[in-house]
Amino acid sequence: MQIEMRGIDKSFGGNAVLKSAGFLLDHGEIHALMGENGAGKSTLMKILTGVYTKDAGTVIVDGQEVCYKNAQEAERAGIVFIHQELNVLFDLTVEENMFLGKEIKNRFGVCNKKEMQKQVRAILDRLGVKIDPNQKMSELSVGQQQMIEIAKALMVDAQVIIMDEPTAALTQSETEVLFQVVNSLREKGVSIVYISHRMEEIFELCDRITVLRDGTYIDTKRIKDTDMNDVVRMMIGREIGERYPLRDTKIGKTVFEVKDLTCPGVFQNVSFQVHAGEVLGVAGLMGAGRTEIMQAIFGNMPHVTGHIYIDGKEVQNKNPQQAIKNGVGFITEDRKVEGLMLEESIMKNISLANLGRISKNGVLQKKAEQDLVKQGIEELHIKCFGPDHECTNLSGGNQQKVVFAKWIYTNPKVLILDEPTRGVDIGAKKEIYSIINELAAKGVAVIMVSSELPEVLGMADRIMVVREGLVRGILSKEEANQENVMILATGGNLNE
Amino acid sequence: MNNKKAMNRIQDLGALIALVLLVIVIGIISPEFRTVGNFLSLLRQSSINGLIAFGMTCVILTGGIDLSVGSVLALSTALCAGMISGGVPVGLAMILALVIGTGLGAVSGVLVTTGRLQPFIATLVTMTVYRGLTMIYMDGKPISDLGDSFTLKLIGKGNFYHIPIAVILFLVIFGIFMFILEKTTFGRRIYATGSNWMASKLAGVNISRTKLAVYAISGCMAALSGLILLSRLNSAQPNLGDGYELDAIAAVALGGTSMNGGRGRIWGTFVGVLIIAVLNNGLNILGVSSYYQDVVKGIVILIAVLSDRKR
Repeated sequence: MQIEMRGIDKSFGGNAVLKSAGFLLDHGEIHALMGENGAGKSTLMKILTGVYTKDAGTVIVDGQEVCYKNAQEAERAGIVFIHQELNVLFDLTVEENMFLGKEIKNRFGVCNKKEMQKQVRAILDRLGVKIDPNQKMSELSVGQQQMIEIAKALMVDAQVIIMDEPTAALTQSETEVLFQVVNSLREKGVSIVYISHRMEEIFELCDRITVLRDGTYIDTKRIKDTDMNDVVRMMIGREIGERYPLRDTKIGKTVFEVKDLTCPGVFQNVSFQVHAGEVLGVAGLMGAGRTEIMQAIFGNMPHVTGHIYIDGKEVQNKNPQQAIKNGVGFITEDRKVEGLMLEESIMKNISLANLGRISKNGVLQKKAEQDLVKQGIEELHIKCFGPDHECTNLSGGNQQKVVFAKWIYTNPKVLILDEPTRGVDIGAKKEIYSIINELAAKGVAVIMVSSELPEVLGMADRIMVVREGLVRGILSKEEANQENVMILATGGNLNE
Repeated sequence: MNNKKAMNRIQDLGALIALVLLVIVIGIISPEFRTVGNFLSLLRQSSINGLIAFGMTCVILTGGIDLSVGSVLALSTALCAGMISGGVPVGLAMILALVIGTGLGAVSGVLVTTGRLQPFIATLVTMTVYRGLTMIYMDGKPISDLGDSFTLKLIGKGNFYHIPIAVILFLVIFGIFMFILEKTTFGRRIYATGSNWMASKLAGVNISRTKLAVYAISGCMAALSGLILLSRLNSAQPNLGDGYELDAIAAVALGGTSMNGGRGRIWGTFVGVLIIAVLNNGLNILGVSSYYQDVVKGIVILIAVLSDRKR
C-alpha cells in the first residue's frame, strides 16, 4: 500500500498545528516520522486514520484520494494506528481483547470461543510469540501487550501499521523481539510508520525518515544518506547548543545526600549527593526506577530503607508533608494527574503547597495569597487572564509554570524535577530552563529526571545513570555524552 | 476564568430563582403558606435536614459520601435519651451526644482512610450497624421518660424574640461552615482533596486527616440535628432519622455541588435545603398526597442536576 499526504493543514481553536505537512509512504518499508514534541507527528497520523479531519490538503492511498471518517473506516481500509497508550482492557483475556467488538458468534449471540482461540493462536504463531490466549491482559508485560496490539492489526489484515513510540516502555530484549517482528512484517509487504524519539533505534530499523518541524514538512531522506546530527538539525532547525541557556553558578557545599536508599524489588542501594547550585541530571530508560527513587525521597513510596541528609543532618521523609517541611520540593512527571487541580484556578493551585505561608492560625489571608499568586504569575511569565484563570485552559508550558510557581515559593533547598518539559513546546522549554538556572543561582540543589537525553546533557552539571533500579554511574560534565549515557543505561560498561 | 466565575454565580442564582418561584407560586395558591408563622415553622423544619446537609456537603466535597447520617442521628439520640432518663444532667447528656455523634462519624472516616473502603461501602456498613445497635439498645421501643427539662425544650421548641432557637442555630452554623470552607486552610484542603487527591497529597495535604475530619463533622452535625428532633418529639424512636441521608444528599445536589468532589458551595446547599423544605411544606399545605410529593421531589432534583450538567 502506498500513501501520499500533501499540503495538510490543521488548527485547533485558531492554533495552527499543521501547516502544509506531508508524507510519502511506500509499499513494504519502515518509515520513521520524526520531530520534536508538538511538531505534529501524531496529529498528521490521526488525520490519516480519520481521528481528526483536515482543514486542507489531500490524502492519496494507492492512487485514490480518500478521507476516512473515523478510525474504524481506516482500519477496514487496512491502516491501523497503535497508540502509545495501549488500547487494552486489563481485566479481559488476550482473546477477549483481540476480538472485542468483532466476536465470532452464532445467530443466538453466543460466542464461539473455540474458533476465536484458534485464530488468536494462529496469529500469535505467525508473530512468533508465545502467549496463551486465556491469559489476562494484566498478567502480560508491556512488551507482550504491544505484541497483542500488533496481532490485532494483523487480524484485520492491516497493510499499514502506525506505531507511536512503541519502545518507550520496553526492555532491551523486548525491543529486540519487536524489531524482529517489524522486520518480518516488512518482508511480507506491510508498511510501517515508526514514530520515535530514539535515534539509535531509527537508524537500526528504518529505511527512510521524514522530519516535521512546527507542523511543517521539512525533508525525507534515506537512512543511508543521513546521520544523527543531520536529523537533529532538521528537527530543531538550528544547532543544539543554543537550546540551553548558559548557567554560570558557583557550585557550593553538599546540600543533599542519599545513602543506600533501597526499596526491595524496585531499586537498591541508591547513593548520591547534590550540591548547592548544582543540577544533577538523572538519565535512564523508561522503567529503570528513576521516578520511583524520586518518589521515595519525597516520602511517597512505602517500604523504603536508607538515609537522607539535608545540610548534613539526617532527615526522615516518611510522607510528603515531612519532605516539604525538610525543604524538598517535587515537580512530578505527570502534571495532570499529580501536579495540578486542573479544574481549579491558578491561584488555588499555587496556594496549595503554600497554605502555611498565606494563613494565620488556619485562616487564609486574602492579601497574602493574592500577592503570592501575582508574584508567581509575573516572575514566571505565566500567560493568563489573571489569578482566577482555570488551569485546564492553559497551554502545557503555562501549566508547568504554575507547578513551578507552586513549589518555588515553598523555598525548597532541594527541588526534584521529574520530566520538567514533557509536553511543553520549544519556547516554553527554554523559559523553563531559565527558571531552573535561576533556582540553581539561588543555591537550590536541583535534581532533574528526564528521558530527553539532549536536555539532560544540555542542562546538568553531572549525570546519574540508572538502570534496573541500580545507579550505574555518575558522569561528570566532561565524561557525559550521548554515547556514554546510553552505554550505562543499556547495561554496558564504559571501560570496555 | 472570569467567565466561569460569572457562570457559577448564575448557577447559584439559578437555584435561588427556583426557590423564589416555588415560594411565589405556592404562596399565590395557598394563603396559609404565606404566613409568617408558616415560614418560621418551615425554617425550623429545614434546620434538621440543613444541619445534616452542611456536614454532607463537606464529605461530598472531598469526593466521598456519608450514608450513615440517619443512623448516627438515631444512635446518638437514643444514647442521649437513655442518659437523660437514667439521671445524667440534660446539658451533659446533650454534649455527650455530640461527642458520640462525632466519634461515630470518625469511625466511618477510619474505614475510608485506614481501611481503604470506598465511602459508599464504608458508610453503608456503619449505617447498617448503627441502626442495628440503636434497635438493640432501645430493644425496639421508644424512650419517652425524659422529664421536663428546660434545656432540652429550648433547642427544639424555644424561641428568641419569636425566632425559633433551632433556626438561629441553623443560621449560625451555616455561617461557620461558610467561613471554614471559604476562608480557612482546612476548607481549602477539603476542596483540594476532592479536586485531585494525588496532587494534593504531593503538595503536602494530609489527605487522611482531612477525610477523617469531614466524616467526624458529618457525624457531629447528624447528632446535633438529632438533639433538635429529640427536643421537639420529647422522645427517642428507634427508627428516627431513617432515610435522612437521602434528603441531605438531595439538598447538596440541588445546591450544585459535584458528586465527584472538589466543586460546590455551602450557599448552594443552604438554598437546596430550603427548596426541599418549601416543597415538603407547600405540598402538604396544598393537600398533595405524600406519595405524589416524593415524585415531585424526585423530578425537581432531576431538573436541578440536569441544568447543572449543562454548565
